[in-house]
Amino acid sequence: MGMAADSEFHVLAVDDSIIDRKLIERLLKTSSYQVTTVDSGSKALEFLGLHEDLHDRIDQNTPSVSPNNHQWRLQEVEVNLVITDYCMPGMTGYDLLKKIKESSSLKNIPVVIMSSENVPSRISRCLEEGAEEFFLKPVRLSDLNKLRPHMLKTKSKDHCKEQVDEKTAFPSPKQEGKEESNNNKRKATEEGVSPERTRPRPRPRPNGITTMV
Amino acid sequence: MLGLAADRLRADMNRLLAFLFHQGILDEQFLQLQQLQDESSPNFVSEVVNIYFHESEKLLRSLRSLLMDREFSDYNKMGIHLNQFMGSSSSIGANRIRNVCVAFRAASEQNNRAGCLRALELLEHEYCFLKNKLHELFQIQQQRVLAAGVRYPMQNI
Repeated sequence: MGMAADSEFHVLAVDDSIIDRKLIERLLKTSSYQVTTVDSGSKALEFLGLHEDLHDRIDQNTPSVSPNNHQWRLQEVEVNLVITDYCMPGMTGYDLLKKIKESSSLKNIPVVIMSSENVPSRISRCLEEGAEEFFLKPVRLSDLNKLRPHMLKTKSKDHCKEQVDEKTAFPSPKQEGKEESNNNKRKATEEGVSPERTRPRPRPRPNGITTMV
Repeated sequence: MLGLAADRLRADMNRLLAFLFHQGILDEQFLQLQQLQDESSPNFVSEVVNIYFHESEKLLRSLRSLLMDREFSDYNKMGIHLNQFMGSSSSIGANRIRNVCVAFRAASEQNNRAGCLRALELLEHEYCFLKNKLHELFQIQQQRVLAAGVRYPMQNI
């Protein structure tokens, strides 16, 4: 933890494979992020402060701006990005993505999906549901370079993040970047907007074998 | 004399790595692992590989016990084990093992028990071979560390 700005970013990594957890942790630490790893989607939601039994209570909250809206949140630590494996027993990465995006308090946390299988329909499904990126495993250091822009966007609306449906509370200079991302990132594969950031990069296997579905 | 030992060890290591890459036993992901190793995480590669060995042996035992069961029919369960094995092998760069898993999975999807047994034997063989070679690699690396220490004894005081 040095003077690097990135060390203030905290990433939650979710993967049921112990090897992949160790790998992603090392990759993230090498990129100077703080890391927490968990082995399931349900533990991820627990860590994020979103408990199943409290989920109903969220829906009943009126979408008004009030500090009391999030009194149920137990999370002490801020999470700037969630990176999750797709294929996990129980709650898949896609299920986790959906729950985060459906949560009034968590929906602004960027989510990245990782998968060992290159399935185009899976990729577009995840991007449509709001995933920022889709990485093919094994994940490389160069993939992680794509994470910072997503985390910077959430930092710019530090105080807005906890307010429900309040997207323009603060007239911050990064506002235009945020608008663009919210509207365009899901269509990036069609429009070609920011192709580096959002178009998934199906990486051919060195031996030419592509995985079967 | 000591300098020659260090040079020879480095040559041995490079020769072994070249062999493993050339034969497709390891792929570039293994290089990625090595790049992630540094002073802050000096044993990263061997730590990950040892976890891989531990997990792989569990998976191989599960696969064998599934197939040895005369009433075996749970190809689904086998598929799950195989996906795990494929994933972890891919993550450490164990290319050939991953390829055998792919073939194994194909046999499993066809409910081809004989094919699965053959694939399992091949898998066990490949795994043994990889384990031996990686142990050899780690031994050479340990010797290199020792040789470097002996080379400059004053600095160790």
